[in-house]
Amino acid sequence: MSQDIHVIVEHLRGQVADITYVAVAAARRLATGTGGGVAAVLLGHDGETLAGDLAADRVVYIDDPALADFNPEHYNVILADLIGGDPPRCVLFGDTSMGAEVAGVLSARLSMPLVSRCRSVDAANGRLRFISQICGGKILVEGDIPEPNALITMVPGGYKPEQGRGETAPEVTRTSVSPLGSGRVAFAGYQEPKAEDIDISTTPILVAIGRGIANEDNVELAEELAETLGGAVCASRPVVDQGWLPTTRMVGKSGKRVKPDVYLALGISGAPEHVEGMSDSDLTIAVNTDPEAPIFDVAQYGSEVDLLDLLPVLIERVRAAKGG
Amino acid sequence: MNIVVPVKLVPDLVEELEIDDGGTALDTTWLRFILNEVDEHALEQALLLKESLSGTVSVISLDGEGVDDVLFASSAKGVDRLIKLTGVDYGVNVNNHAMARFYATTVRILEPDLVLVGVQAHNDLDGSLGPLLAEYVGMPYVGYVSGIAPINGRCRVRKEYPGGLIAEMDVEMPAVLGVQAAESPPRYVAISRIRQAMKTAAVDEQAAPDLDTTGGPMVDSMFKPETAERATMITGDEDEVAGRIVDLLRELGKA
Repeated sequence: MSQDIHVIVEHLRGQVADITYVAVAAARRLATGTGGGVAAVLLGHDGETLAGDLAADRVVYIDDPALADFNPEHYNVILADLIGGDPPRCVLFGDTSMGAEVAGVLSARLSMPLVSRCRSVDAANGRLRFISQICGGKILVEGDIPEPNALITMVPGGYKPEQGRGETAPEVTRTSVSPLGSGRVAFAGYQEPKAEDIDISTTPILVAIGRGIANEDNVELAEELAETLGGAVCASRPVVDQGWLPTTRMVGKSGKRVKPDVYLALGISGAPEHVEGMSDSDLTIAVNTDPEAPIFDVAQYGSEVDLLDLLPVLIERVRAAKGG
Repeated sequence: MNIVVPVKLVPDLVEELEIDDGGTALDTTWLRFILNEVDEHALEQALLLKESLSGTVSVISLDGEGVDDVLFASSAKGVDRLIKLTGVDYGVNVNNHAMARFYATTVRILEPDLVLVGVQAHNDLDGSLGPLLAEYVGMPYVGYVSGIAPINGRCRVRKEYPGGLIAEMDVEMPAVLGVQAAESPPRYVAISRIRQAMKTAAVDEQAAPDLDTTGGPMVDSMFKPETAERATMITGDEDEVAGRIVDLLRELGKA
């Protein structure tokens, strides 16, 4: 059994995901405890150079035309062979729509324990430790990373992607795999995001609404405030899932990443999946009746008033300030 | 089209969360358990497929506080079969590996065409339920799904990626799919219909197999995050708060 730490590289259309750099940063920390090296495992097609700026000691590269686009079944087959054949101490994935499902299947297939939602790791006195965040970011849990091997899925927040970037390109070893069959899952193509009325990723003032907006009729109030401010309305997942705003207005893990001058978060709890999309905002003002809402950990200013009481008054005040 | 929806109840985050005296788990004394939010979407998607293609929908849950309400509400929405695994409770230390093993036993007997689960839950610490269950029953798994169209023994699913990009994948049935969002919002059901279901719907109680939590980590400490910087709170009524927000915007030249 090796003391190495493996990181499964997540990439989409030629771009390595930030979470992979975060995972490499965590892997470096773990490797100081095990004395092993950090290997980035890259599955792709004509993508050998993708892992060139990862702070890994080496890259294990598996090339196949069937790996040009993500297919969970191919990943499961290849990684079960690779990890099962010579298990590293830990294998790190992103806790994402790619990494989470592969890690779950492999945990069951290889009978290897899985730690998910991991935010940071530590290595001291011969013990490897994890801290994971649960309950929408309201609770942290800590424990030993299971021995002798474990799979770990990483969430953002504990490390900056820069910490996982290296200056010299790691050595790449190409590994061949048995031909990949047609299998039970086939990638059929992409659906591009819909054409947008407004691109929230470049809008300087965003009025963001969450579950606290309570019902569809109240969305109009947020629209009115955004219009008065010369900005746009965006939302967290629950609002979009209700069909009150189009998916092009969703901020977060599977929506847009925004970095406005002002982000007015109304009735948004601040679950990690949402924060991932808005934490680069210059000024965040959060309004939520729950004093423990994690959004107050991200915002510079906050208030616990009811947003439905606040909105009409705020619209009038802004209108007055703008001279009518 | 026969569909099974294994559900998970999770602590309601609207309530204040307290850590128990042991320091490793939530204090369940005042904790309210509710249906995992994306499980509502998995259930809705199952009902939509049943309505367009006919078939049956079965819901499976472990036992615990609030479970009967969830099952009867499901029945009122159109679920055909309600199954409750007894002898094991959400309130005790059941991780997702254990839950997946429980549900695998039932899914194998039901032999569904599709198993729809919520793609994740806020208290998952050992992976999400879907991929574990899929592997235990030997079915393929695709998660983060927000659309399912069955065609000739396969499903074309829409899988969500960051930035609003969607990948389409064809998945051979039977399969387990992790639902992120149903094609329409979860339906509302009137309380009178739930009451009616309580009188007429039968809950099939089955004894759960032995608990096996192998595969998840042990937690030796649980705590609330301490942040270096927390928001400066604006106090007062809505008028005062609105005034202060306008001041802040004005400082930035935005109002």
